[in-house]
Order: sequence, then C-alpha cells, then structure tokens
Amino acid sequence: MADIQKLKTIASQVRRDIVRMVHAQNSGHPGGSLGCADFLTALYFEIMDHNPKKFEMDGTQQDLFFLSNGHLSALWYSVLARSGYFAIDELKTFRVLNSRLQGHPTTKEGLPGIRVASGSLGQGLSVACGAALSKKLNNDPKIIYTLHGDGELQEGQNWEAAMFAAHHKIDNIISTVDYNGKQIDGPVDEVMSLGNLAAKWESFGWLVLHMNGNDMEDVIKTINHAKTLTGKQKPIVILMKTEMGMGVDFMMGTHKWHGSAPNDEQLQKALGQLQETLGDY
Amino acid sequence: MKKFEYTEKKDTRSGFGAGLLELGRKNKNVVALCADLVGSLKMDAFIKEFPDRFYQCGIAEANMIGVAAGLTIGGKIPFAGTFANFATGRVYDQVRQSVAYSGKNVKICASHAGLTLGEDGATHQIMEDIGLMKMLPGMVVINPCDYNQTKAATIAIADHVGPVYLRFGRPAVPNFTPVDQKFEIGKAILLNEGTDVTIIATGHLVWKSIEAAQILEEKGISAEIINIHTIKPLDEEAILASVRKTKAVVTAEEHLMNGGLGDSVAQLLGRELPTPIEMVAVNDKFGESGKPEDLLAKYGIDTKNIVEAVQKVLTRK
Repeated sequence: MADIQKLKTIASQVRRDIVRMVHAQNSGHPGGSLGCADFLTALYFEIMDHNPKKFEMDGTQQDLFFLSNGHLSALWYSVLARSGYFAIDELKTFRVLNSRLQGHPTTKEGLPGIRVASGSLGQGLSVACGAALSKKLNNDPKIIYTLHGDGELQEGQNWEAAMFAAHHKIDNIISTVDYNGKQIDGPVDEVMSLGNLAAKWESFGWLVLHMNGNDMEDVIKTINHAKTLTGKQKPIVILMKTEMGMGVDFMMGTHKWHGSAPNDEQLQKALGQLQETLGDY
Repeated sequence: MKKFEYTEKKDTRSGFGAGLLELGRKNKNVVALCADLVGSLKMDAFIKEFPDRFYQCGIAEANMIGVAAGLTIGGKIPFAGTFANFATGRVYDQVRQSVAYSGKNVKICASHAGLTLGEDGATHQIMEDIGLMKMLPGMVVINPCDYNQTKAATIAIADHVGPVYLRFGRPAVPNFTPVDQKFEIGKAILLNEGTDVTIIATGHLVWKSIEAAQILEEKGISAEIINIHTIKPLDEEAILASVRKTKAVVTAEEHLMNGGLGDSVAQLLGRELPTPIEMVAVNDKFGESGKPEDLLAKYGIDTKNIVEAVQKVLTRK
C-alpha cells in the first residue's frame, strides 16, 4: 500500500523547490510544474521500478520516464534530486552558467536521470516509442512512462507517434497528458481547441484512462490500474486533470504563471502556502 | 594519369541496401526504419531477412527520427532511411534536438540526394542537406561516390558511436572504387597524384572529376584528385598537404555552393592556407525536372564545368 501522506509530504517540498528555483534565476516555468508535482512525485517515489543511485542511459530492467514538455524542468530536477539521482544542493544551479540543470532538460551535460533532450515540443512520444521497442527487442519487461502538455498535443508529431504506437502494438507504454486546459497564450480552447481529446486518442487505437492529477490517491490508483492493462497489444494514455499553479493560490486559475517567475514578495507568499517538509536545498 | 576503370554502373542506394543487409547479419543490434520508401531505399533484403528488426513508420518522418533516437536507449543502432529532403529539411528540429543535441547513435540514411534524382523535380531534389547536417554540432556527414564505397560506408558507420548523416543517390553511376577498399570516416582518398591543381570532389562528382582530369591531361594540365567521402569531419591534413603542392583548388559537388563541401574547403584554406579556389556547385538555385545528365549540364556541375573551373583557377595562381 502506498503511503499517501508521505507522498504528499514529498510533493510539498518539490513545490517549494520549484518556486525557489524559478525565483532564484527569475526564469522558468512554475505553473505546469506545480500542477504536475503530485504526478511526478508518485511516479518516482512509488510507481516506477528504477535505480537512482546508478544511472545508466540504457536503463536495462528499469522503468523509464520521458518528459516531453521539457519546460517542466524545475519539477523534474527537484524530483530527480529528491529521489537520489544527484545531490539536492545542485538544484541551486538551475539555469545558471556551467550548470547541468539547463533551462530545458538535456543529456549533453550528463545529468543523471535524463535520456533525451526536450524543450522543442512534441518529440517525446516518438522517442518513448523507440525506447519501448528497444525494451521489447531486449525482452526487457519494464514500462515506459511519459508526460506531455495538453497544448503540446497541437504539434502534429504527437499524432504520428500515436498512430505508430497503435500500429506496432506498443503495449509497454503509459503516457500521461497534463490536461490543465492552459497554454502560454491562454486557455487551450481559445488558442487551438483539442476537441474531444479522449475520442481522439481512442480513435488512434489507445486505451484511455482519466485521473485527477492533484489527488494523490487517485494518481496512485489510476497508474496502478494502467499497469495491469499493459501487455495487451495497446498503448495506454491517461488524461490527467490538473490545476496549473496547484498549491500556490495566486498562481492557480490562470495561464499567466506558465512561464513567469515570482518576485521576492510573491516568493514569500508562495512559500507560506507550501510546507517545508524535507528541508530546503 | 592513373587509369580508372569500371565494369558496371550501379546506384549508390543499392550499395546502401547491400551494406545494411551485411550489417544485419553481423550485428544484431542494427535495426532499420523507413517512411514508406523501402523499395527506393533498397531495404527489402534486410526486411526479408530481419522482419523483427525493421519498423515501417509510414509517411511520418518526424516520428521516425524520434523513434530512432529512442531505439538507441537499450543499445540498438538504428538506420533510418528516406529521401534526403525528408531526412533533413523536413525533420530538422527532430534531428537537432532528439538526435544531435542528445548525442544519439542514429544513422540517418538519405537517398535521392541532389539533382540526379531527375524527373521528380525540385520538391525532391534537395541540395541544401549537406549544409543543414554539417551545421549540427557532432554530426558526421558522409557522401560516398559509388556503389562499393556506399556499401563500405554503411558498414563502417555502425562502428562509429554518434549521429551520422549518410547521403547517397538514385542514378546508376560508374562503380570504380575497389571492392575491398577500407572505409575510414574522416579519411580522404587520394585518387590521383598531380602537380598543377587539386580537384576535391564528393559523391557523384568524383567520377566527373576523373573524367575532367583525363581531359585536362590532354591539355597538359596535371590534376590531383581527392575523393572526399566524409565532409565532416573534413580531412584537413590531406587537403592542406595537397594544396601546398598544387597551389590551386577546385571543389566539385552535387549541392548548393552555400553550405557544401566547397564552403568547408574554402573555410579551411582561408584559415590555414589562402589559395585560389573555384567551386563547381549549384549557385543559389532550385532544380527542376529532367534527365540526370541533362540536369548536371544545365546547372553547371558536369565534367565540362570542372575542366573550365580548373582552367580559370590556374589563371589566378
């Protein structure tokens, strides 16, 4: 049984890390990062079978995660550090010169935990499909997890990859869409509506699940259920409702905090709402 | 000058197909992908023998490049094949982020490059691809000259860890390089020794350079010929050693002047050994439909143009 309270405790610290990192460089993307903090915490601290202490690119006999919407880098770096991939102190170097914690995730600097660069949107699902096929060729039974933004699905390459995954019966992949309904220029429905998103995925041949990405119990329950559906000749996608900016009241209910950093005063206000549970970096 | 002979004309894409099949037998990690062009890329034999190591991607090249990048995670060596235009320009950002920047061991295999794909016209005749690919940090760029060399290059790049762009073509051209010639990435091949001018050629224009050198010999001009199958990394030492001797250079390629081999050679010489240079390449134009030979003539990248470029550069010595 998952220790829900413990996961919530970790997620609270991850949220503190995110706003502090983005504030420190006055640069980054807090909105989506805060929204997906519960999901990524659940994945790294409960769901995935992985080895943070000994990162290897091939990830043999391990579950792998691909972040397609690379602008959620602050979130990913915090979760990677907190789960043991690298020193928590290194979070101080987010987006500064000579850092491994680049603005968007990269492999070039050799940061443990990252297997492909992302940032230019829409490429992650294709790469994840390739990694999933590689596991099949290697008779490696582990699972590939991915995260995508909903706005990101406007990139056509996602649908090429969706078609490909169904055609090749890639059934060792569990993708998740951060369905927060917001993107840089405003609500997704106003910028470029995705229409019936569940129907789209279903018609592309995917099994579609739904969850509340800000309800830790629902996250654990849904992903565990998704795991039972792997190996059945179909790729799986979870449409995950989240609130952009979750955990910081003035960042919620708006797209304005997609890519904006809090000032000193806003930082203090945000930290007042996010309990320091594991010690700040 | 040295005699150059060939027994038959063959297409370089068939050299790729033959190399891929041999690699498949040699290395179980080699996998192949294609975007609805397996016949054109001559991948059928590989697919027949290794159906489980081939992924048909349909007409969706962006996804193919990403899938190839992902396959490297777990140790596979993906060879992703399509036409040169769709392997570069169409998917530039996918190649840039998912392959080059991520340092992935993907082999991008591009057929029907240049004017000589012929009748399909300019939509398919990419002449910017060498430039696009060589600008990507860490990308190796290879453009072999005939069937044998393309086969050897295909096999050789599997042993290079890192992204490679392998460029070949559609028409049957003289197959003259020795079948057992070792292919070393980044190592130029001195085809003919000469004293008056260095002709530096790549791809289909290597044979044209041999023809040009024969004509020049009758005019009393001694041309050294270098076959540059690897445009990046460029064999700077071989070029400088030759140019120190001849003090005049002509480059020849089936590509735009901007971004091609000539531009790499000029950059090297400008930096290390300023020397008169003429470039046989297409100057800021799109191609058009036609027979390959007619196109080479019309766009000024034929044997005759190499001869004229040599004569011109010699007046500048």
